[in-house]
Amino acid sequence: MNIHVRQAEVSALISAAQARYVREIDDGDCTAWPNFFVDDCFYTITSADNYAQNLEAGLVWLDSKDMLRDRILSLLEANVYERHSYRHMIGQPFVGELEGDEVDSETSFMVARITREGPTDLFATGRYIDRYRIVGDEAKIVSRTVVLDSNQIDTLLGFPL
Amino acid sequence: MNNLAPLGAEMPVWAKEDEGFHVPYWVFQREDVLEMENERLFQGETWNYMCLEAELQSPGDFVAVHVGETPVIVTRDHDGEIYAFENRCSHRGSLLALEDRGNVKDFTCVYHAWTHSLQGDLVGIAFKDGIGGKGGMEKDFCMNSVGPRKLRVANVDGLIFGSFDEDVDDIEDYLGEEVLDRIHRVLEGRKMVVLGRFTQVLPNNWKLYVENTKDSYHASILHTFFTTFELNRLSQKGGIIVSPNGGCHVSYSEIDQIAEAEKAKNTIYSDQNIRSQSDLQLADKSLLASFKEFDDDITLQILTVFPGFVLQQIQNSIAVRQVLPKGTDEMHLKWTYIGFEDDTTEQRRARLKLSNLIGPGGYVSMEDGCIGGFVRRGTKGASDNNAVLEMGGRSIEGGDDRITEASIRGFWAEYRMRMGL
Ligand code: FES
Ligand SMILES: [Fe+2]
Repeated sequence: MNIHVRQAEVSALISAAQARYVREIDDGDCTAWPNFFVDDCFYTITSADNYAQNLEAGLVWLDSKDMLRDRILSLLEANVYERHSYRHMIGQPFVGELEGDEVDSETSFMVARITREGPTDLFATGRYIDRYRIVGDEAKIVSRTVVLDSNQIDTLLGFPL
Repeated sequence: MNNLAPLGAEMPVWAKEDEGFHVPYWVFQREDVLEMENERLFQGETWNYMCLEAELQSPGDFVAVHVGETPVIVTRDHDGEIYAFENRCSHRGSLLALEDRGNVKDFTCVYHAWTHSLQGDLVGIAFKDGIGGKGGMEKDFCMNSVGPRKLRVANVDGLIFGSFDEDVDDIEDYLGEEVLDRIHRVLEGRKMVVLGRFTQVLPNNWKLYVENTKDSYHASILHTFFTTFELNRLSQKGGIIVSPNGGCHVSYSEIDQIAEAEKAKNTIYSDQNIRSQSDLQLADKSLLASFKEFDDDITLQILTVFPGFVLQQIQNSIAVRQVLPKGTDEMHLKWTYIGFEDDTTEQRRARLKLSNLIGPGGYVSMEDGCIGGFVRRGTKGASDNNAVLEMGGRSIEGGDDRITEASIRGFWAEYRMRMGL
Protein backbone atom coordinates (compact mmCIF):
# COMPACT_ATOMS: atom_id res chain seq x y z
CA MET A 1 0.00 0.00 0.00
CA ASN A 2 1.10 3.55 -0.61
CA ILE A 3 2.95 4.75 2.49
CA HIS A 4 1.01 8.03 2.59
CA VAL A 5 -2.29 6.27 2.44
CA ARG A 6 -1.18 3.95 5.25
CA GLN A 7 0.01 6.93 7.32
CA ALA A 8 -3.35 8.69 6.86
CA GLU A 9 -5.15 5.52 7.85
CA VAL A 10 -3.11 5.23 11.04
CA SER A 11 -3.89 8.84 11.96
CA ALA A 12 -7.57 8.17 11.43
CA LEU A 13 -7.39 5.05 13.64
CA ILE A 14 -5.74 7.04 16.43
CA SER A 15 -8.29 9.85 16.18
CA ALA A 16 -11.13 7.36 16.32
CA ALA A 17 -9.61 5.57 19.32
CA GLN A 18 -9.15 8.86 21.16
CA ALA A 19 -12.71 9.94 20.46
CA ARG A 20 -13.97 6.69 21.96
CA TYR A 21 -11.50 7.01 24.84
CA VAL A 22 -12.78 10.40 26.02
CA ARG A 23 -16.38 9.31 25.52
CA GLU A 24 -15.79 6.37 27.85
CA ILE A 25 -14.38 8.66 30.55
CA ASP A 26 -16.78 11.59 30.15
CA ASP A 27 -20.01 9.79 29.38
CA GLY A 28 -19.35 6.20 30.40
CA ASP A 29 -18.27 4.78 33.75
CA CYS A 30 -14.60 4.24 32.87
CA THR A 31 -14.84 0.47 33.20
CA ALA A 32 -13.92 0.06 29.52
CA TRP A 33 -11.01 2.50 29.87
CA PRO A 34 -8.33 -0.24 30.24
CA ASN A 35 -9.47 -1.77 26.92
CA PHE A 36 -7.88 1.08 25.03
CA PHE A 37 -4.48 -0.23 26.12
CA VAL A 38 -2.37 -3.29 25.29
CA ASP A 39 -1.75 -5.76 28.15
CA ASP A 40 1.75 -4.65 29.13
CA CYS A 41 0.94 -0.97 28.85
CA PHE A 42 2.20 2.03 30.77
CA TYR A 43 0.13 4.98 31.96
CA THR A 44 1.27 7.91 34.03
CA ILE A 45 0.20 11.45 34.86
CA THR A 46 2.91 14.01 35.50
CA SER A 47 3.59 17.72 35.08
CA ALA A 48 5.49 19.53 32.34
CA ASP A 49 8.20 20.50 34.86
CA ASN A 50 8.78 16.94 35.98
CA TYR A 51 8.70 15.72 32.41
CA ALA A 52 11.23 18.32 31.27
CA GLN A 53 13.55 17.41 34.14
CA ASN A 54 13.21 13.68 33.53
CA LEU A 55 11.77 13.10 36.99
CA GLU A 56 10.10 9.73 36.88
CA ALA A 57 7.43 9.90 39.57
CA GLY A 58 3.82 10.35 38.59
CA LEU A 59 0.57 11.34 40.25
CA VAL A 60 -0.61 8.04 38.84
CA TRP A 61 1.95 5.44 37.75
CA LEU A 62 0.61 2.18 36.33
CA ASP A 63 2.55 -0.39 34.35
CA SER A 64 0.04 -3.08 33.45
CA LYS A 65 -3.49 -3.27 32.12
CA ASP A 66 -4.46 -4.96 35.40
CA MET A 67 -3.26 -1.92 37.31
CA LEU A 68 -5.52 0.22 35.12
CA ARG A 69 -8.44 -2.07 35.93
CA ASP A 70 -7.59 -1.85 39.64
CA ARG A 71 -7.57 1.92 39.45
CA ILE A 72 -11.15 2.01 38.17
CA LEU A 73 -12.28 -0.72 40.56
CA SER A 74 -10.89 1.25 43.47
CA LEU A 75 -12.56 4.47 42.31
CA LEU A 76 -15.89 2.73 41.93
CA GLU A 77 -15.76 0.51 45.03
CA ALA A 78 -13.32 1.85 47.59
CA ASN A 79 -12.46 5.53 47.40
CA VAL A 80 -14.60 8.27 48.86
CA TYR A 81 -15.07 11.54 46.98
CA GLU A 82 -17.74 13.95 45.91
CA ARG A 83 -19.62 13.16 42.72
CA HIS A 84 -18.01 14.72 39.68
CA SER A 85 -17.50 14.28 35.96
CA TYR A 86 -15.13 15.45 33.24
CA ARG A 87 -15.51 16.91 29.78
CA HIS A 88 -12.46 16.42 27.53
CA MET A 89 -11.72 18.54 24.48
CA ILE A 90 -8.94 16.98 22.47
CA GLY A 91 -6.93 18.39 19.59
CA GLN A 92 -5.82 16.67 16.42
CA PRO A 93 -3.20 14.03 17.12
CA PHE A 94 0.28 14.81 15.85
CA VAL A 95 1.25 11.40 14.53
CA GLY A 96 4.85 10.38 13.83
CA GLU A 97 6.11 7.90 11.31
CA LEU A 98 5.04 4.30 11.55
CA GLU A 99 7.83 2.02 12.86
CA GLY A 100 6.71 -1.54 12.18
CA ASP A 101 3.29 -1.67 13.79
CA GLU A 102 4.01 1.09 16.34
CA VAL A 103 3.86 4.85 16.14
CA ASP A 104 4.36 7.89 18.41
CA SER A 105 1.61 10.42 18.77
CA GLU A 106 0.96 13.62 20.68
CA THR A 107 -2.40 15.23 21.40
CA SER A 108 -3.34 18.38 23.32
CA PHE A 109 -6.29 18.31 25.67
CA MET A 110 -8.36 20.50 27.95
CA VAL A 111 -10.53 18.99 30.65
CA ALA A 112 -13.36 20.71 32.45
CA ARG A 113 -14.68 19.26 35.68
CA ILE A 114 -18.22 19.43 36.93
CA THR A 115 -18.57 18.79 40.66
CA ARG A 116 -21.78 18.45 42.66
CA GLU A 117 -22.65 21.91 44.03
CA GLY A 118 -19.92 23.42 41.89
CA PRO A 119 -19.71 25.25 38.57
CA THR A 120 -17.95 23.90 35.48
CA ASP A 121 -14.26 24.50 36.14
CA LEU A 122 -11.26 24.30 33.89
CA PHE A 123 -9.56 21.36 35.57
CA ALA A 124 -6.47 20.61 33.52
CA THR A 125 -4.73 21.28 30.24
CA GLY A 126 -1.84 19.34 28.79
CA ARG A 127 -0.84 16.81 26.21
CA TYR A 128 -0.86 13.09 25.78
CA ILE A 129 2.52 11.71 24.77
CA ASP A 130 1.65 8.32 23.38
CA ARG A 131 2.97 5.22 21.76
CA TYR A 132 0.29 3.37 19.81
CA ARG A 133 0.33 -0.14 18.36
CA ILE A 134 -1.82 -0.92 15.36
CA VAL A 135 -3.56 -4.23 16.02
CA GLY A 136 -5.73 -5.18 13.05
CA ASP A 137 -7.89 -2.14 12.45
CA GLU A 138 -7.52 -0.76 15.94
CA ALA A 139 -4.98 1.58 17.51
CA LYS A 140 -4.11 0.45 21.06
CA ILE A 141 -2.11 2.47 23.57
CA VAL A 142 1.25 0.97 24.51
CA SER A 143 2.26 3.92 26.61
CA ARG A 144 0.49 7.14 27.58
CA THR A 145 2.22 9.88 29.51
CA VAL A 146 -0.25 12.57 30.47
CA VAL A 147 1.79 15.75 30.81
CA LEU A 148 -0.09 18.48 32.67
CA ASP A 149 0.93 22.01 31.71
CA SER A 150 0.83 23.35 35.25
CA ASN A 151 2.56 21.96 38.29
CA GLN A 152 -0.45 23.00 40.38
CA ILE A 153 -3.03 20.28 40.53
CA ASP A 154 -6.47 20.59 42.00
CA THR A 155 -6.95 18.67 45.19
CA LEU A 156 -8.74 15.70 43.65
CA LEU A 157 -7.49 13.67 40.73
CA GLY A 158 -9.85 10.73 40.63
CA PHE A 159 -10.89 9.54 37.20
CA PRO A 160 -8.26 9.14 34.52
CA LEU A 161 -7.39 11.86 32.06
CA MET B 1 -14.58 34.35 49.88
CA ASN B 2 -14.28 34.13 53.65
CA ASN B 3 -16.46 34.51 56.70
CA LEU B 4 -14.85 37.70 57.83
CA ALA B 5 -16.51 39.46 60.66
CA PRO B 6 -17.31 43.06 59.71
CA LEU B 7 -14.17 45.11 59.28
CA GLY B 8 -12.75 46.36 62.55
CA ALA B 9 -14.63 43.79 64.59
CA GLU B 10 -12.39 42.43 67.28
CA MET B 11 -11.09 38.93 67.32
CA PRO B 12 -13.34 36.77 69.48
CA VAL B 13 -12.01 35.20 72.64
CA TRP B 14 -10.95 31.57 72.67
CA ALA B 15 -11.45 30.44 76.26
CA LYS B 16 -8.20 29.42 77.92
CA GLU B 17 -9.83 26.37 79.47
CA ASP B 18 -10.64 25.01 76.01
CA GLU B 19 -6.92 24.30 75.61
CA GLY B 20 -6.62 22.30 72.40
CA PHE B 21 -9.72 20.15 72.75
CA HIS B 22 -12.26 22.77 71.69
CA VAL B 23 -11.26 24.71 68.60
CA PRO B 24 -13.54 27.53 67.40
CA TYR B 25 -14.14 27.62 63.65
CA TRP B 26 -13.32 31.32 63.33
CA VAL B 27 -9.67 30.32 63.77
CA PHE B 28 -9.87 28.87 60.24
CA GLN B 29 -11.86 31.73 58.77
CA ARG B 30 -10.57 35.10 59.87
CA GLU B 31 -8.18 37.24 57.88
CA ASP B 32 -6.72 38.78 61.04
CA VAL B 33 -5.82 35.32 62.34
CA LEU B 34 -3.93 34.62 59.14
CA GLU B 35 -2.06 37.91 59.48
CA MET B 36 -1.11 36.98 62.99
CA GLU B 37 0.04 33.56 61.81
CA ASN B 38 2.32 35.06 59.20
CA GLU B 39 3.86 37.27 61.84
CA ARG B 40 3.95 35.07 64.93
CA LEU B 41 4.23 31.58 63.49
CA PHE B 42 5.86 31.66 60.09
CA GLN B 43 8.07 34.66 60.87
CA GLY B 44 8.28 33.91 64.57
CA GLU B 45 10.28 31.43 66.62
CA THR B 46 9.51 28.41 64.48
CA TRP B 47 11.40 26.22 62.05
CA ASN B 48 9.94 26.01 58.56
CA TYR B 49 10.92 23.38 56.03
CA MET B 50 12.23 25.00 52.84
CA CYS B 51 13.85 22.40 50.59
CA LEU B 52 16.17 19.40 50.41
CA GLU B 53 19.92 19.72 50.56
CA ALA B 54 19.90 17.48 47.48
CA GLU B 55 18.32 20.35 45.53
CA LEU B 56 21.36 22.54 46.20
CA GLN B 57 24.27 20.47 44.94
CA SER B 58 26.71 23.07 43.61
CA PRO B 59 27.72 26.62 44.52
CA GLY B 60 25.27 29.02 42.88
CA ASP B 61 22.35 26.58 43.02
CA PHE B 62 19.17 28.12 44.36
CA VAL B 63 15.51 27.31 44.93
CA ALA B 64 12.69 29.82 45.32
CA VAL B 65 10.22 28.72 48.00
CA HIS B 66 7.83 30.15 50.58
CA VAL B 67 7.87 30.37 54.34
CA GLY B 68 4.25 30.92 55.21
CA GLU B 69 3.19 33.41 52.54
CA THR B 70 6.62 35.04 52.35
CA PRO B 71 8.74 34.30 49.27
CA VAL B 72 12.22 33.08 50.16
CA ILE B 73 15.37 32.11 48.24
CA VAL B 74 17.62 29.31 49.47
CA THR B 75 21.12 29.11 47.99
CA ARG B 76 24.41 27.31 48.24
CA ASP B 77 27.32 29.76 48.19
CA HIS B 78 30.94 29.13 47.20
CA ASP B 79 31.90 28.50 50.81
CA GLY B 80 29.71 25.39 50.60
CA GLU B 81 27.19 26.74 53.13
CA ILE B 82 23.45 27.09 52.64
CA TYR B 83 21.84 30.53 53.01
CA ALA B 84 18.27 31.76 52.95
CA PHE B 85 16.80 35.23 52.56
CA GLU B 86 13.60 36.89 51.42
CA ASN B 87 12.97 36.86 47.69
CA ARG B 88 12.60 40.64 47.77
CA CYS B 89 14.79 43.30 46.24
CA SER B 90 16.44 45.83 48.56
CA HIS B 91 15.37 48.68 46.33
CA ARG B 92 11.61 48.64 45.84
CA GLY B 93 10.64 45.11 46.59
CA SER B 94 10.47 43.21 43.31
CA LEU B 95 10.99 39.47 43.36
CA LEU B 96 14.67 38.70 42.86
CA ALA B 97 14.29 35.13 41.57
CA LEU B 98 11.77 34.58 38.80
CA GLU B 99 12.48 30.87 38.40
CA ASP B 100 11.77 28.04 40.84
CA ARG B 101 15.34 26.81 40.72
CA GLY B 102 18.58 27.24 38.86
CA ASN B 103 22.23 28.18 39.13
CA VAL B 104 23.30 31.83 39.23
CA LYS B 105 26.32 33.91 40.18
CA ASP B 106 24.21 36.53 41.93
CA PHE B 107 20.66 37.88 42.03
CA THR B 108 20.32 40.96 39.88
CA CYS B 109 16.88 42.48 40.06
CA VAL B 110 15.16 42.90 36.69
CA TYR B 111 13.63 46.26 37.64
CA HIS B 112 16.69 48.51 38.16
CA ALA B 113 19.48 45.92 38.34
CA TRP B 114 20.39 46.13 42.00
CA THR B 115 22.66 43.16 42.61
CA HIS B 116 22.52 40.80 45.59
CA SER B 117 25.05 38.15 46.53
CA LEU B 118 24.26 34.47 47.04
CA GLN B 119 23.97 35.27 50.74
CA GLY B 120 21.37 37.97 50.15
CA ASP B 121 23.61 41.02 50.64
CA LEU B 122 23.18 44.06 48.44
CA VAL B 123 26.47 44.35 46.55
CA GLY B 124 25.77 46.55 43.55
CA ILE B 125 23.54 49.44 42.44
CA ALA B 126 23.18 50.38 38.79
CA PHE B 127 24.25 54.00 38.15
CA LYS B 128 25.14 54.32 41.84
CA ASP B 129 27.32 57.37 41.14
CA GLY B 130 25.04 58.69 38.44
CA ILE B 131 26.12 59.56 34.90
CA GLY B 132 28.55 62.36 34.17
CA GLY B 133 28.31 63.65 37.72
CA LYS B 134 24.52 63.83 37.60
CA GLY B 135 22.07 61.64 39.50
CA GLY B 136 23.15 58.68 41.54
CA MET B 137 22.58 57.78 45.15
CA GLU B 138 23.30 60.09 48.06
CA LYS B 139 26.95 59.84 49.08
CA ASP B 140 26.07 58.66 52.59
CA PHE B 141 23.89 55.79 51.38
CA CYS B 142 25.12 52.58 52.95
CA MET B 143 24.47 49.35 51.07
CA ASN B 144 24.58 47.34 54.30
CA SER B 145 21.65 49.28 55.70
CA VAL B 146 19.12 47.69 53.37
CA GLY B 147 18.48 44.20 52.07
CA PRO B 148 16.15 41.24 52.24
CA ARG B 149 15.78 39.72 55.69
CA LYS B 150 17.90 36.64 56.25
CA LEU B 151 16.81 33.41 57.80
CA ARG B 152 18.67 31.19 60.20
CA VAL B 153 19.23 27.84 58.49
CA ALA B 154 19.33 24.32 59.95
CA ASN B 155 20.05 21.06 58.18
CA VAL B 156 18.55 17.89 59.61
CA ASP B 157 19.66 14.82 57.64
CA GLY B 158 19.37 16.76 54.37
CA LEU B 159 16.10 18.56 55.21
CA ILE B 160 16.71 22.31 55.14
CA PHE B 161 14.71 24.36 57.63
CA GLY B 162 14.73 28.12 58.06
CA SER B 163 13.68 30.57 60.73
CA PHE B 164 13.12 34.31 60.53
CA ASP B 165 13.87 34.54 64.25
CA GLU B 166 17.51 34.35 65.34
CA ASP B 167 16.36 33.44 68.85
CA VAL B 168 14.48 30.32 67.84
CA ASP B 169 15.41 27.20 69.84
CA ASP B 170 18.05 24.99 68.27
CA ILE B 171 16.23 22.62 65.99
CA GLU B 172 17.18 19.59 68.07
CA ASP B 173 15.38 21.07 71.08
CA TYR B 174 12.51 22.29 68.95
CA LEU B 175 11.86 18.78 67.64
CA GLY B 176 12.64 16.90 70.82
CA GLU B 177 14.82 13.81 70.92
CA GLU B 178 12.13 11.30 70.02
CA VAL B 179 10.92 13.10 66.90
CA LEU B 180 14.51 13.76 65.83
CA ASP B 181 15.32 10.04 66.18
CA ARG B 182 12.41 9.25 63.88
CA ILE B 183 13.79 11.60 61.22
CA HIS B 184 17.20 9.92 61.57
CA ARG B 185 15.45 6.57 61.22
CA VAL B 186 14.33 7.42 57.68
CA LEU B 187 17.03 9.76 56.38
CA GLU B 188 20.27 9.64 58.37
CA GLY B 189 23.41 9.14 56.31
CA ARG B 190 21.51 8.66 53.05
CA LYS B 191 21.82 10.57 49.78
CA MET B 192 18.37 11.63 48.64
CA VAL B 193 17.27 12.08 45.06
CA VAL B 194 14.11 13.87 43.96
CA LEU B 195 11.75 11.60 42.02
CA GLY B 196 9.10 14.23 41.35
CA ARG B 197 7.41 17.37 42.65
CA PHE B 198 3.73 18.23 42.68
CA THR B 199 1.77 21.12 44.12
CA GLN B 200 -1.70 20.17 45.26
CA VAL B 201 -4.16 23.05 45.64
CA LEU B 202 -6.53 22.45 48.54
CA PRO B 203 -9.72 24.51 48.99
CA ASN B 204 -9.34 25.02 52.72
CA ASN B 205 -7.42 26.72 55.50
CA TRP B 206 -3.91 25.26 55.97
CA LYS B 207 -4.60 24.18 59.55
CA LEU B 208 -7.34 21.80 58.47
CA TYR B 209 -4.77 19.84 56.48
CA VAL B 210 -2.31 19.90 59.37
CA GLU B 211 -5.03 18.50 61.64
CA ASN B 212 -5.66 15.74 59.12
CA THR B 213 -2.01 14.66 58.98
CA LYS B 214 -1.94 14.45 62.77
CA ASP B 215 -5.23 12.60 62.96
CA SER B 216 -4.49 8.92 63.54
CA TYR B 217 -8.15 8.35 64.42
CA HIS B 218 -9.59 8.77 60.91
CA ALA B 219 -7.22 6.54 58.97
CA SER B 220 -9.08 3.25 59.10
CA ILE B 221 -12.48 4.97 58.79
CA LEU B 222 -12.11 7.49 55.96
CA HIS B 223 -9.66 5.50 53.86
CA THR B 224 -11.23 2.27 52.70
CA PHE B 225 -8.72 1.22 50.06
CA PHE B 226 -6.84 -1.23 52.29
CA THR B 227 -9.92 -2.68 53.93
CA THR B 228 -11.94 -3.01 50.72
CA PHE B 229 -9.23 -5.06 49.09
CA GLU B 230 -8.23 -6.74 52.37
CA LEU B 231 -4.65 -5.72 51.99
CA ASN B 232 -3.75 -5.35 55.67
CA ARG B 233 -3.05 -9.02 56.28
CA LEU B 234 -0.42 -8.71 58.99
CA SER B 235 -1.29 -7.82 62.56
CA GLN B 236 -0.22 -4.28 63.28
CA LYS B 237 0.53 -2.33 66.40
CA GLY B 238 1.66 1.23 66.72
CA GLY B 239 1.38 4.49 68.53
CA ILE B 240 2.06 8.18 68.53
CA ILE B 241 4.80 10.43 69.84
CA VAL B 242 4.15 14.09 70.65
CA SER B 243 7.00 16.61 71.05
CA PRO B 244 7.39 18.47 74.37
CA ASN B 245 5.62 21.63 73.10
CA GLY B 246 2.95 19.58 71.36
CA GLY B 247 3.41 20.81 67.80
CA CYS B 248 5.53 18.03 66.31
CA HIS B 249 4.42 14.44 66.20
CA VAL B 250 5.05 10.96 64.89
CA SER B 251 2.37 8.40 64.23
CA TYR B 252 3.50 4.93 63.25
CA SER B 253 2.42 1.37 62.84
CA GLU B 254 4.53 -1.74 62.75
CA ILE B 255 4.08 -5.43 62.20
CA ASP B 256 3.23 -7.14 65.47
CA GLN B 257 5.60 -10.11 65.35
CA ILE B 258 4.23 -11.71 68.52
CA ALA B 259 0.67 -11.66 67.24
CA GLU B 260 1.90 -12.97 63.89
CA ALA B 261 3.70 -15.89 65.61
CA GLU B 262 0.50 -16.68 67.50
CA LYS B 263 -1.47 -16.63 64.29
CA ALA B 264 1.03 -18.94 62.60
CA LYS B 265 0.66 -21.46 65.42
CA ASN B 266 -3.09 -21.52 64.98
CA THR B 267 -3.17 -21.51 61.20
CA ILE B 268 -3.35 -25.28 60.86
CA TYR B 269 -6.71 -25.26 62.62
CA SER B 270 -8.24 -22.14 61.27
CA ASP B 271 -7.07 -22.22 57.69
CA GLN B 272 -10.60 -22.49 56.32
CA ASN B 273 -11.74 -19.51 58.33
CA ILE B 274 -9.29 -16.92 57.13
CA ARG B 275 -10.54 -16.92 53.57
CA SER B 276 -11.29 -13.55 52.19
CA GLN B 277 -14.68 -12.16 53.18
CA SER B 278 -14.91 -9.88 50.22
CA ASP B 279 -14.72 -10.87 46.60
CA LEU B 280 -12.98 -7.66 45.65
CA GLN B 281 -9.35 -8.26 44.82
CA LEU B 282 -6.66 -6.21 43.17
CA ALA B 283 -5.67 -7.87 39.91
CA ASP B 284 -2.09 -6.59 40.09
CA LYS B 285 -0.75 -6.67 43.62
CA SER B 286 2.70 -5.55 42.51
CA LEU B 287 1.33 -2.12 43.40
CA LEU B 288 2.22 -2.86 47.01
CA ALA B 289 5.39 -4.88 46.49
CA SER B 290 7.81 -3.48 49.01
CA PHE B 291 11.38 -4.24 50.02
CA LYS B 292 13.22 -4.30 53.31
CA GLU B 293 14.56 -0.80 53.81
CA PHE B 294 14.74 -0.29 57.57
CA ASP B 295 15.98 -2.54 60.33
CA ASP B 296 12.68 -2.47 62.19
CA ASP B 297 9.11 -3.56 61.38
CA ILE B 298 7.62 -0.10 60.94
CA THR B 299 5.58 -0.01 57.75
CA LEU B 300 4.10 3.45 58.17
CA GLN B 301 5.45 6.56 59.81
CA ILE B 302 3.94 10.02 59.47
CA LEU B 303 5.99 12.74 61.10
CA THR B 304 5.12 16.42 61.37
CA VAL B 305 7.16 19.44 62.37
CA PHE B 306 5.33 22.52 63.62
CA PRO B 307 3.90 24.44 61.89
CA GLY B 308 3.62 22.88 58.43
CA PHE B 309 5.99 20.06 57.53
CA VAL B 310 5.35 16.35 56.95
CA LEU B 311 7.83 13.53 56.41
CA GLN B 312 6.11 10.41 55.23
CA GLN B 313 7.18 6.78 55.05
CA ILE B 314 4.45 4.51 53.73
CA GLN B 315 6.28 1.24 53.21
CA ASN B 316 8.96 2.37 50.71
CA SER B 317 7.14 5.48 49.58
CA ILE B 318 9.12 8.37 51.07
CA ALA B 319 7.97 11.94 50.57
CA VAL B 320 8.03 15.33 52.19
CA ARG B 321 5.08 17.68 52.15
CA GLN B 322 5.12 21.40 52.81
CA VAL B 323 1.92 23.09 53.93
CA LEU B 324 1.60 26.68 52.70
CA PRO B 325 -1.29 29.04 53.43
CA LYS B 326 -2.74 30.93 50.46
CA GLY B 327 -5.28 33.19 52.09
CA THR B 328 -7.71 31.84 54.66
CA ASP B 329 -9.59 29.50 52.35
CA GLU B 330 -6.87 27.96 50.21
CA MET B 331 -3.52 26.29 50.66
CA HIS B 332 -0.79 24.67 48.66
CA LEU B 333 0.56 21.28 49.57
CA LYS B 334 3.96 20.82 47.97
CA TRP B 335 4.94 17.21 47.60
CA THR B 336 8.47 16.06 46.92
CA TYR B 337 8.73 12.34 46.20
CA ILE B 338 12.06 10.95 47.34
CA GLY B 339 14.36 8.08 46.42
CA PHE B 340 17.97 7.43 47.33
CA GLU B 341 21.12 7.40 45.27
CA ASP B 342 21.85 3.73 45.93
CA ASP B 343 18.36 2.48 44.95
CA THR B 344 18.44 -0.50 42.60
CA THR B 345 16.19 -0.43 39.53
CA GLU B 346 13.71 -2.73 41.27
CA GLN B 347 13.69 -0.62 44.41
CA ARG B 348 13.09 2.52 42.40
CA ARG B 349 10.23 0.84 40.58
CA ALA B 350 8.71 -0.22 43.90
CA ARG B 351 8.79 3.39 45.13
CA LEU B 352 7.15 4.66 41.94
CA LYS B 353 4.38 2.08 42.19
CA LEU B 354 3.79 2.72 45.87
CA SER B 355 3.45 6.41 45.13
CA ASN B 356 0.06 5.55 43.64
CA LEU B 357 -1.06 5.63 47.27
CA ILE B 358 -0.20 9.30 47.77
CA GLY B 359 -0.78 12.73 46.23
CA PRO B 360 -4.01 14.24 44.86
CA GLY B 361 -4.96 11.00 43.13
CA GLY B 362 -3.52 8.60 45.70
CA TYR B 363 -5.52 5.53 46.69
CA VAL B 364 -5.07 6.47 50.33
CA SER B 365 -4.59 10.23 50.30
CA MET B 366 -7.19 11.37 47.79
CA GLU B 367 -9.74 11.61 50.59
CA ASP B 368 -7.39 13.71 52.73
CA GLY B 369 -7.21 16.35 50.01
CA CYS B 370 -10.97 16.80 50.04
CA ILE B 371 -11.88 16.55 53.69
CA GLY B 372 -10.64 20.06 54.54
CA GLY B 373 -12.96 21.48 51.89
CA PHE B 374 -15.87 19.57 53.40
CA VAL B 375 -15.07 21.11 56.79
CA ARG B 376 -14.74 24.61 55.29
CA ARG B 377 -18.14 24.27 53.63
CA GLY B 378 -19.69 22.60 56.64
CA THR B 379 -18.61 25.31 59.05
CA LYS B 380 -19.75 28.32 56.99
CA GLY B 381 -21.99 30.32 59.23
CA ALA B 382 -20.79 28.52 62.35
CA SER B 383 -17.80 30.68 63.24
CA ASP B 384 -18.55 30.67 66.94
CA ASN B 385 -19.11 26.96 67.19
CA ASN B 386 -16.20 24.71 67.84
CA ALA B 387 -14.70 21.39 66.86
CA VAL B 388 -14.58 18.68 69.50
CA LEU B 389 -11.22 17.00 69.93
CA GLU B 390 -11.68 14.75 72.93
CA MET B 391 -10.97 11.32 71.48
CA GLY B 392 -8.50 9.65 73.80
CA GLY B 393 -9.00 12.25 76.53
CA ARG B 394 -7.86 15.84 76.73
CA SER B 395 -4.13 15.50 77.19
CA ILE B 396 -1.44 15.88 74.57
CA GLU B 397 0.50 12.82 75.58
CA GLY B 398 1.49 10.16 73.10
CA GLY B 399 1.11 6.45 73.69
CA ASP B 400 0.60 3.12 72.00
CA ASP B 401 -2.98 3.84 70.99
CA ARG B 402 -3.82 5.48 67.68
CA ILE B 403 -7.52 5.99 68.33
CA THR B 404 -6.74 9.38 69.79
CA GLU B 405 -6.65 13.05 68.88
CA ALA B 406 -3.74 13.77 71.24
CA SER B 407 -1.36 14.97 68.54
CA ILE B 408 -3.96 17.39 67.13
CA ARG B 409 -4.52 18.77 70.64
CA GLY B 410 -0.73 19.05 70.82
CA PHE B 411 -0.72 21.16 67.66
CA TRP B 412 -3.30 23.51 69.11
CA ALA B 413 -1.42 23.75 72.41
CA GLU B 414 1.72 24.93 70.64
CA TYR B 415 -0.31 27.08 68.25
CA ARG B 416 -1.99 28.91 71.11
CA MET B 417 1.26 29.35 72.96
CA ARG B 418 3.05 30.88 69.96
CA MET B 419 0.09 32.94 68.76
CA GLY B 420 -0.76 34.21 72.24
CA LEU B 421 -4.35 33.25 71.43
S1 FES C 1 13.10 47.05 42.60
FE1 FES C 1 14.86 45.87 42.38
S2 FES C 1 16.24 47.21 41.48
FE2 FES C 1 14.53 48.41 41.74
FE1 LIG D 1 -5.77 10.42 55.86
